[in-house]
Amino acid sequence: MKKKYCLLILTLLLVTGCNEELDCCVQPEQFTVTLNFTHHWNGLKITPQDFNELKFTNENGERLSIERLRYLVSNISLINSKNYHLIDVGENYGTSITFPELTDKSYALSFRFGFSDEDNTDGTYQDLNSISFNVPEILGGGYHFMQFDGKYVDNNNEASGFNYHTIKAVDRTDPDNLKFEDTSFEVNLGTIVVADNTEIEIKMNLAEWFKNPNTWNLNELNTVLMPNFEAQKMMRANGGSVFSLGVVN
Amino acid sequence: MIKPYIYFFAFFLLTYCSSKEEEIYTPIPYNLEIPALFADKLIAPIIPTDNLLTEEGVLLGKKLFFDKKLSGDNTQACSSCHNPKKAFTDQQQFSAGVQGEFGARNAMPLFNLAWNFDERFAWDGKEFGLEQQALEPVSNPIEMHANWNLVVQKLQESTEYPSLFLRAFGASEIDAKLVTKAIAQFERTLISGDSKFDKYLLGETSLTQEEQNGFNVFMDEAKGDCFHCHGSNNNPLWTDNAFHNNGLDTTFQDLGFGTVTGDPNDNGKFKSPSIRNLAFTAPYMHDGRFATLEEVINHYSEGLQKSSTIDPLMKKVNEGGVHLSPKDKNDLKAFLLSLTDREFINNPNFQE
Repeated sequence: MKKKYCLLILTLLLVTGCNEELDCCVQPEQFTVTLNFTHHWNGLKITPQDFNELKFTNENGERLSIERLRYLVSNISLINSKNYHLIDVGENYGTSITFPELTDKSYALSFRFGFSDEDNTDGTYQDLNSISFNVPEILGGGYHFMQFDGKYVDNNNEASGFNYHTIKAVDRTDPDNLKFEDTSFEVNLGTIVVADNTEIEIKMNLAEWFKNPNTWNLNELNTVLMPNFEAQKMMRANGGSVFSLGVVN
Repeated sequence: MIKPYIYFFAFFLLTYCSSKEEEIYTPIPYNLEIPALFADKLIAPIIPTDNLLTEEGVLLGKKLFFDKKLSGDNTQACSSCHNPKKAFTDQQQFSAGVQGEFGARNAMPLFNLAWNFDERFAWDGKEFGLEQQALEPVSNPIEMHANWNLVVQKLQESTEYPSLFLRAFGASEIDAKLVTKAIAQFERTLISGDSKFDKYLLGETSLTQEEQNGFNVFMDEAKGDCFHCHGSNNNPLWTDNAFHNNGLDTTFQDLGFGTVTGDPNDNGKFKSPSIRNLAFTAPYMHDGRFATLEEVINHYSEGLQKSSTIDPLMKKVNEGGVHLSPKDKNDLKAFLLSLTDREFINNPNFQE
């Protein structure tokens, strides 16, 4: 009789034990989500094949081309840890960013254009150093947020270069007392419900860099914009309307 | 009772197996000494998984690099145009091949090649990967003008090479692929990272006022604006290894990168060379048109030529450039020369 009780208890223990083990090992559902950064000019899609042609016209009426476009986004909110991503449109590099093993079904999707001051530490990121994305120490160091180079047709009807480079703004009026302003900015794209293999399009309208709220005059502001405190602040302001949410599927 | 012939058979097996094992030599992994600044600032060098560096491979590659058997008439080696004492250039505008013919491009210096992350080599980027690059000059009719089959035959018939290849690659049968693998291994060990400016960055020395001002000119977007293409204190390669039209000509005799890509937008673009070791690598530019550093600086300051593919990073092209002051030019040169690495050109591991 004793043996029977022992066997019963042992069986119960095993069964309950197994149940517990099953509960503890149930994996939460995981999703893979991909962000696709796409680029357009007021709705006209831009691919690397559209580079090097004076085919775009900015708000100020200047025809321009794109020759190089690479920019940095950081702290995409799909994951909790710090992250950054370089997107090089001309090289078709980094335009698609995949996040595997997400567990939440809903996200307030946001990211930062560039680096916040906290993350913008000089020389820290080997991959960005290796592609010379740095900002000189005399301008405060850290990294470019964007290098947007091309040519525009100037007032003399000649193609001239422009370097629309965004960095943390620095006021060098007093060389012994540099003043900085964080010109990175957060982009909020609203709440997104995801399922496995959801693809989210994030659109950059390049025309907005020259448009809103500051109508950009390339004949006046074309090169050597990195040390130009006011230009950096204007670029930051125009950046506010550059990104938008595209197709989610 | 075990029969005696069983013992004999077992003994035979053991001795046979052990002698076969002795034939299989495992090469010793090569310890690539990466300068502290490189390790700190840059991503890892490119070492192909199918051609990892070994002591034996590097040694063989070095021997091949200096061996004239690689040319058609046994008069030239790789080192004939890539002299270690000249940072692996020949200080000629164009190099003469075995038949006295001249090419149209300046011999490029060789160092820090494992950090060419895009792996496009040569002025026009025509060769992908160091192994592939090493193939071309050997058979090029205006360079070493050899037939690879005959080169392999010469090496195979030599008394030394078959055993060296066996130790390096486990194969005594030589072919062009193994030759270029060995040369590429040697080339990946050619690291230059010990100049005065490197020591300055490591806190081991200080710069002169001229060198410091020259560095500031280099890093100032309104002056030299050299850093966008030629690295910085945070990129010790001092090149972006990319292709740019730096305003040398209004029309192009040599299309450069455009020949390789077939894209007219790449016409007139050439690889940005590293500005390390400029003291040893004159003349400058892809066609060696500038004999001195002064000429190079003057070009960027006043001599820019406009063309459809000129890089937008070239400033004030309509005025020929940014017109640096004589002092800034002089100081810029002083800074550039602070990237001279005499340890590199005298490194005994790189000499014949």
